Amino acid sequence: MKVFCNGEAQEIAPGMLVADYITQLGLDASSVVVECDGKILTREEYGSHALQDGSVLELIRFVGGG
Amino acid sequence: MLLVNEKEVFFHAGMTLADLVREQDPAADILLVNGYPASLQTVLSDGDQCWLWQRGKAPSAEEMRHLLYARHSPGVQGRLQERVVGIMGLGGLGSVVAIALARMGIGSLLLADYDVVEPTNLNRQQYFVDQIGEKKTAALRDILQRVNPHVAVTLIDRRLVEEDIGVLFKGVHALVECFDDPAMKAAGLRAALHHLPGVFYVGASGLAGYGENNAIRTRRLYPGVYLVGDEVSGAAPGQGLMAARVGIAAHHQANQVVRLLLGAENEVE
Repeated sequence: MKVFCNGEAQEIAPGMLVADYITQLGLDASSVVVECDGKILTREEYGSHALQDGSVLELIRFVGGG
Repeated sequence: MLLVNEKEVFFHAGMTLADLVREQDPAADILLVNGYPASLQTVLSDGDQCWLWQRGKAPSAEEMRHLLYARHSPGVQGRLQERVVGIMGLGGLGSVVAIALARMGIGSLLLADYDVVEPTNLNRQQYFVDQIGEKKTAALRDILQRVNPHVAVTLIDRRLVEEDIGVLFKGVHALVECFDDPAMKAAGLRAALHHLPGVFYVGASGLAGYGENNAIRTRRLYPGVYLVGDEVSGAAPGQGLMAARVGIAAHHQANQVVRLLLGAENEVE
């Protein structure tokens, strides 16, 4: 199935969880804010929210330093 | 009427700054008109705000308050003075943001950090050698007092967690995320988006090293919510945090807060 992440179409396995998707991108889920289909996910939802065909994701990734 | 050192003075057509100085304070040698240094030949207009001062003269507390802001654009001060800004993390970003906001006359700062000043902080954070070992909250309050004693400072001396943020910072007009830890940066943004509607938010990500100046930018994520940094330069072995680039990002943050508070971004407050 297809999802749109930060404006780009990507083919992923059906029913993939948000947390697994982030890991597959090589990112650490703890440092990413996720908007999925217009909703900001809570940290708990990363491990339970399954992506749908056509889901629109915005990932805001943070790097350390302050 | 003119406003001269915050007092009303009669204006007459054709009046120059030299006339005013002769009349009010012949020894004055620092002359500002509407927030800007002006020469004696300057022809004044009705309604001008003027400051006349003798170099080196110690001001009273009230004069000090006015002088601090005498170089700001007229009208800006009143609006900033009524505002409350929260800062999460008082390291290289937070200590710089706090000092900039204090110099600009933000009325009230809510400052949160759990850590103490360490020697390894001094390469970029605004603390002094004689403050090593002090709580950053208390140390920064002491610095701010010396910069601008008219800023009300409230300290939150604890390690923040995501669940706290919406509670502790409820009621601020703007919240600045200055954490070091990327997980807390994400937590701060999530907390603000979920629990602090209507609060302006300025986070930061990607400011390590000595990369290009202009790669640091301010990006709008959501209405009233912004992210500063190049978004890629994380602190890592071989890419440390350095005063200049951290300072660029911190001042992006501080200026963005001021822009938002003054309504320069067409955001709904």
